[in-house]
Amino acid sequence: MASRVKNGIVKYFKDNIGIIIALIAMCVFMLIYPKTRTTFMTPKNLFNILRQNASNMFLATGMTMVIILGGIELSVGSVIALSGCVAAGSVVYFHLPIVVGFILAILVGALVGVFNGFVICKTDIPPFIVTLASMNIAKGIALVITGGAPIRCMEPLFKWPGAGYIGPFPVPAVLMIIIFIIAVFMVNRTQLGRHIYAVGGNAQAAKFSGINVEKVKFIVYTYTGIMAGIAGVIIASRLYSGQPTAGDGAEMDAIAAVVVGGTSMSGGSGTLGGTLIGVLIIGILNNGLNLMGVDSNWQYIVKGLVILLAVYVDWVRNKKAGR
Amino acid sequence: MSEKYLLEMKGISKSFPGVKALQNVNLQLKAGEVHALLGENGAGKSTLIKVLGGIYHAEEGEIFIDGQKTEINDVVAARHAGVSIVHQELVLVPYMTVAENIFLGREPGTKMNVDRVKMSRDAQELLDAYEMNINADTLVEKLTIAQQQMVEIVKAISFNSKILVMDEPTSSISDKEVGFLFETMRTLTKKGVGIIYISHKMSELEEICDRVTVMRDGQTVGTRVVKETNKDALIALMVGRELTNYYTRDFLEPGEVILKCDHISDGKMAKDASFELHKGEIIGFAGLVGAGRSETMKAIFGLADHMTGDVYVKGKKVNIKSPVDALKYGIALVPESRKEEGLYKVQSVRFNSTIEVLGQFIKNLHVDGKKEEEITQKYIDMMATKTPSQEQVIGNLSGGNQQKVMIGRWLATHPEILILDEPTRGVDVGAKAEIYSIMNDLVKEGMSIIMISSELPEIINMSDRVYVMNEGRVTGCLNHEEAEQEAIMQLAAK
Repeated sequence: MASRVKNGIVKYFKDNIGIIIALIAMCVFMLIYPKTRTTFMTPKNLFNILRQNASNMFLATGMTMVIILGGIELSVGSVIALSGCVAAGSVVYFHLPIVVGFILAILVGALVGVFNGFVICKTDIPPFIVTLASMNIAKGIALVITGGAPIRCMEPLFKWPGAGYIGPFPVPAVLMIIIFIIAVFMVNRTQLGRHIYAVGGNAQAAKFSGINVEKVKFIVYTYTGIMAGIAGVIIASRLYSGQPTAGDGAEMDAIAAVVVGGTSMSGGSGTLGGTLIGVLIIGILNNGLNLMGVDSNWQYIVKGLVILLAVYVDWVRNKKAGR
Repeated sequence: MSEKYLLEMKGISKSFPGVKALQNVNLQLKAGEVHALLGENGAGKSTLIKVLGGIYHAEEGEIFIDGQKTEINDVVAARHAGVSIVHQELVLVPYMTVAENIFLGREPGTKMNVDRVKMSRDAQELLDAYEMNINADTLVEKLTIAQQQMVEIVKAISFNSKILVMDEPTSSISDKEVGFLFETMRTLTKKGVGIIYISHKMSELEEICDRVTVMRDGQTVGTRVVKETNKDALIALMVGRELTNYYTRDFLEPGEVILKCDHISDGKMAKDASFELHKGEIIGFAGLVGAGRSETMKAIFGLADHMTGDVYVKGKKVNIKSPVDALKYGIALVPESRKEEGLYKVQSVRFNSTIEVLGQFIKNLHVDGKKEEEITQKYIDMMATKTPSQEQVIGNLSGGNQQKVMIGRWLATHPEILILDEPTRGVDVGAKAEIYSIMNDLVKEGMSIIMISSELPEIINMSDRVYVMNEGRVTGCLNHEEAEQEAIMQLAAK
């Protein structure tokens, strides 16, 4: 048993060596670079990184499963906006208890996921198109119900999931670890997990194997919707408000993290362990560029190059290994 | 060097990480001959062809074409040198016309303005020259597999190649179409083209090939003139030992009826098929391609949208709506096309072996890794699958070993009724003999097997009874004693 665990850890490092080195190199750079030398490796900043990237972690767990399935999910960013507005709106306009607001927000996310899953299962419309449509619809609903203006909510409990602490740890960081563990169990320790790889690897063969392909897709898209709903709550809470523009481009950060983490866009292979490192790389990159005071317009360019470089290195490695 | 060769490959060596794929391989091709390349899967035939086609670089060795030393560094160089390859997998674009496919990448006219009329006319001329009854303006997706193969060949010839390589061109076409293909090959050799022909079907060698080179374990073990050798001698060369028993089959008295199917139809290809299967029996399903055999079995296995007819398992009427139901009643189906319907190509042998039986080792969020390895190993041993490890990505195994993993996957469900659809397609002779012997063992232990096959010898030698289908209907059933090639073909064309 112990050797199995050891083998697992060795394999994890071997499979992800490229991005692990990239991650360490980034951290070392931050520790040497004059402007970040003193500010980067402080508990405050590290917690900050976790807090800011918790939402991306939620999305990326779902996105990993979706991409292993051979699909894509573009609506998660809009769901963040919509669910955040629903959370704040139910409290401010309908005077519902805050917890109910949060639950409604997560349900709205689930509903978008159910919608995506249903259409993708029942038709041949590609996931790209289906989620492109729901992305626009969700965004539109968020703008319509708020009239385009943020809904502010300063209740202490409302701020807790995004800005609160459990002991010394930020709440989002704790949630992020819990959700990551749940996702790892889902993918690695259940039959559903194997079925996800099977459907993504060869949907036709999965059908012959007696796997309910539609059910697997439906569950994964619904799960991703729920994750986006939770991310929406966390972000609204951190901003003390439901903002119809929140989560703009969040789907792209999630996809970037998954791809940097080594999951293949053609489906059938990938790991959550890789995605974890992918999320950290994107997160530390954002944080580092801010600490260095790089102009935000330039940050996009740097981010784009880093994503390309990471995936390129991985590609070269796979090619050498003859895979 | 008394004789002049069209192509000479000398001392070719090539290795991959951990594997020496080719070791000092020699091959000589004369103009106007069909030269067979024989060998078990994994013997290095494909690698050799890829070296010739410029896809792989050999570490050592030289290639001479018409006596000239030629460097083939990429696909374009191969084409310039007059080498064309028809790959086993079709690589045509389905949504383009035949003409567009033939002239893909070298369309007549200018870059901005393709001369479609000329393209279509030239393509039609080529097709007509080889007496192929195909319209150049048809979309490729509308053609049958055999026709697509013909288009591939025309495309290959259209480069004015002197050397044509054909990798198992007959693995998915009917006998009639094979005859047609051979006609085309003869026309080509008369024009001086040299053809390297890869096939697993020994009967074809005698019909079409002049000489044969046998490969084993990445080396060439001998070249023979086909007329001066025989099947047994070639098989012995291939496997490196005498195969005493090619077909292993002890015909025992079958037991009671275990599966009875009445008037099975899927509303499409399967129209009205009725048959019975006894315990401990192998029944063969013969027929031409498109006779509805696979579709009938898929319907029984719960894969048809609108299935009608009655299925009785052990005398009890059952309602099978999905493969999950079928498995519950002890029915397993190993599908016809490994690649599309069976393999999870990027996944490991272990993943592929256990996907049907996850419930045996995944429980309550706990994966019993040891159990998983045990199950995998059990069927690797049982099927004598050759794989470096359980973690090996299955796509890297040879066809025969992939097929063994597929059969093992379904055996792991402990079926009572095993349906094998073309179990030896694309499988080398050594592995074929092993699969036959395993089938024999299984029925001796009380399993019942339905085997669909387009290879009559295996149907005739392995089946207790042979059902013949034509146009979705069962047209007859022959006992082992009655089942002869002619009788079967008569029923198949009825």
